[in-house]
Amino acid sequence: MIDKKWIGHQVGQSTLVVERGRLRFFAKAIGETNPIYVDEAAATAAGYADLPAPPTFVFAAELDSSTMFALFEKLGVSLGKVLHGEQGFEYFLPVVAGDTVTITSQVKDIYDKRGGALEFVETESTAVNQHGAKVATLRGVTVVRN
Amino acid sequence: MTTPTYDTVQLGDLLPDLALPPVDRATLALFAGASGDHNPAHIDIDVARAAGMPDVFAQGMLGMAWLGRLLTNWAPQHTLRKFDVRFAGITHLGNAIRCTGKVVEKLEHNGERCVRVEISSANQFGQVKIVGAALIALP
Repeated sequence: MIDKKWIGHQVGQSTLVVERGRLRFFAKAIGETNPIYVDEAAATAAGYADLPAPPTFVFAAELDSSTMFALFEKLGVSLGKVLHGEQGFEYFLPVVAGDTVTITSQVKDIYDKRGGALEFVETESTAVNQHGAKVATLRGVTVVRN
Repeated sequence: MTTPTYDTVQLGDLLPDLALPPVDRATLALFAGASGDHNPAHIDIDVARAAGMPDVFAQGMLGMAWLGRLLTNWAPQHTLRKFDVRFAGITHLGNAIRCTGKVVEKLEHNGERCVRVEISSANQFGQVKIVGAALIALP
């Protein structure tokens, strides 16, 4: 069982420089065909300062820095046993190519069901841009299959 | 794309479905790199089997990204305020996912006129993979 002492643990910060090439790669990977996500001219015509990051892209900042993977190592949880249970975003400002997004995450809760057969790790994160303005908050639940 | 407006949208309105091609290994490999989710269970069958899975399986966030496309195909992304999902089932190789959405509520949120949209995705056998909701501020 995961030690409850980790509730409240500051997972750390992750910083991602949002590059056009990475956004085009992400768009390709999810099959996105709307030109505003791959063509700067279309993006600016739609009112964005540059290519916008799709709604779930900001999650990549947490993964890129490996802070989330490092968290599960600290908790003694093998990645082979984890599944994504829930994910939520609240949006405050657009994220576009050229922005630098910094995400600060903490462990919100740890609980189990079915007598410990399933454990749940809930994290909360805040994403700010290079101006220090909040762009999004994230909430995630990871399920550990024991 | 014509942006829906608060006054014209009706409860029960359906978003245009988004139908995806069957999940293959190349899609999972591309998404692993693009999303930063390098968990090998999604790209290395040996790791997946060692973890008790029959084969590699789709990243949950790939399915959520598809639901994101469903939403931004309907209303521009800058109108999206909240986007929450629960992963209800594993998406396996060969699953052809269809994303659907329905307007279920009109409400005011932080001084903006918004609609709540229920969203879900399911495979070709009708097995639900993701359920969730989005809050969208409409002009």
